[in-house]
Amino acid sequence: MRRININWAINVVSLLLGCVCSQSVFANNGTNIEKGLSLYQQHCFVCHDSEGRGGVGTPLSLSSFINSVDDHYLSQTIRLGRPGRVMPAFESLGTKNIGYLIDYMRSWTGIRPAAFPSDPVSGNTKNGQMLYQKHCANCHGKNGQGGQGTGVTFSRTRDLPIMAPALNNKGFLQAARDTLIEKTLTEGRQGTPMTSFTESGLTKKEIKDIVAFIRTFETTSEHKENQIKLASESPVIVRESSYDLDQTVENLKNSVIGHNLKLIRVQQLDQGFVPENSGNKKQIIVYSCGFNFLYEALKTDPRVGLFLPCRVTVVEHKGKVLVMSVNPKRMSALFNNNELDDMCNQMHDTYIDIIEEAIL
Amino acid sequence: MRPEKTFMRFRLILLASLISIVTSLNTGFAQNLLMIRVENPFPETMVALQAAIQAQGYTISRVQRVDVGLTKSGYQTDLYRIVFFGKADEIQKLSLKYPTLVPYLPLKIVIFAEGEDTLILANNMTNLDSFFRKRELRRYFRQWSHDTSRILERVATTAAD
Ligand code: HEC
Ligand code: HEC
Repeated sequence: MRRININWAINVVSLLLGCVCSQSVFANNGTNIEKGLSLYQQHCFVCHDSEGRGGVGTPLSLSSFINSVDDHYLSQTIRLGRPGRVMPAFESLGTKNIGYLIDYMRSWTGIRPAAFPSDPVSGNTKNGQMLYQKHCANCHGKNGQGGQGTGVTFSRTRDLPIMAPALNNKGFLQAARDTLIEKTLTEGRQGTPMTSFTESGLTKKEIKDIVAFIRTFETTSEHKENQIKLASESPVIVRESSYDLDQTVENLKNSVIGHNLKLIRVQQLDQGFVPENSGNKKQIIVYSCGFNFLYEALKTDPRVGLFLPCRVTVVEHKGKVLVMSVNPKRMSALFNNNELDDMCNQMHDTYIDIIEEAIL
Repeated sequence: MRPEKTFMRFRLILLASLISIVTSLNTGFAQNLLMIRVENPFPETMVALQAAIQAQGYTISRVQRVDVGLTKSGYQTDLYRIVFFGKADEIQKLSLKYPTLVPYLPLKIVIFAEGEDTLILANNMTNLDSFFRKRELRRYFRQWSHDTSRILERVATTAAD
């Protein structure tokens, strides 16, 4: 196996062997860590990387993060996920398994901080709002919606090496105690764009004001309702053309170009499966692409390739000419990503425009 | 326990769990998308993916080089490809019988580089169950979902070897 980080591997190994005795929490905890590792590989690795360095998700193994959050925060985050911000809810894993996961994540540094007090932090929300807009909105968004896209990417340039998480997120707000948020602002997270705001000159009181303001972020159930609506959409957009197949395909090509998309290719559905010049000439695919949109979509969520490139299909069936595409709205219900939902709405409307222009 | 032995054990755990990724994608949202991370660079993983698709009895009809299109248009991106695949007889038969299924054919798998790792994902075709209320189609969706999982599993296993 390539690239097992020796440090943490040894760390885990010694924990498994029970020889890191200074951390009593971990003594004889080897099998739990092993179970946690296995769960981590199954459920988290794909987004957070095997060593917790991040990917679609944020980094988890940086000591400035993992040593600054308590088990309550981790377990609630895993349980609730981040609705609309990609991170799935793992409620179904159950308390025991979530405990193993946390034991494993703790083995990265061998430190398990004490629980944060649950006392609310009170402050002046008006002043907090002003300070938030001045110091935080740039990265976390005006309404706390987070940066464009999530986590870390090695594949294309974005505004920040790690995209700022959403703070108006139900999952985050339920997981983070006020005192934990306060500590995050005070100390920052070394090794990430999130710096210490005590160091940049905010007073203790000002930080409390900001925490109080973050608490006011709306926690409506909008996301869930939206998901249900999207999931009930038909997975295909279908229209009947008033032209014959060839004319419809011609119209479609013009319509695509008229929408500032680049025409990539026109081909039969079975091309590549049957010898050239054979197969069904009544099933035609028109591929196109708006590279700017595609690029923005990939920055938002690298998984969007699943419904790209833009494609419209024309099929002659029982004397009718059908013009169809996948319905991006239905697809976006699979991604748990609010930002993507907006883009998919836009794509949906573009598809309808392109198709209707070609058939009428 | 000697260190090498312990590492071997790790490899086994890792391998076992990679396999379970694909067989147990049944928590919450995850089941809608079949997704794995492979700790191998893109070129090797792409070769492994193509071999796995063929080993599962499918034909690859095309590879869309999304990154090439983007780069040509002036956008900087790492490797990003879409592999289209299917079985000729299934595509011919089902497309005639169920024309509204055609936008979802051929099947596809997305593969892209993320640093030194490679991410691979596919739609779980059983997502379409509730729309196409046809027993025959549901059987195909289940089969495709199973086969896609097997393909990902095979790529993960190759990478761990
Ligand atoms: C330069 C961009 C930037 C600025 C400015 C910034 N943050 Fe952050 N913030 C981040 C990033 C990136 C993270 C994620 C760090 C990580 O990966 O652990 C983060 C994390 C956080 C977290 C933890 C959230 C979570 O889910 O882990 C909180 C709370 C937070 N920031 C609040 C604030 C507040 C309040 C301000 C203004 C006082 C602020 N941030 C300013 C970029 C920024
Ligand atoms: C589909 C991708 C995905 C999967 C799978 C996933 N996460 Fe996440 N995770 C994310 C994203 C994205 C965020 C950041 C959300 C944001 O930017 O608002 C996140 C955030 C987190 C955070 C908060 C980090 C912080 O800085 O406060 C923790 C903790 C976490 N994930 C743990 C896990 C664990 C443990 C698992 C496995 C049980 C897991 N995640 C699975 C995508 C994922």
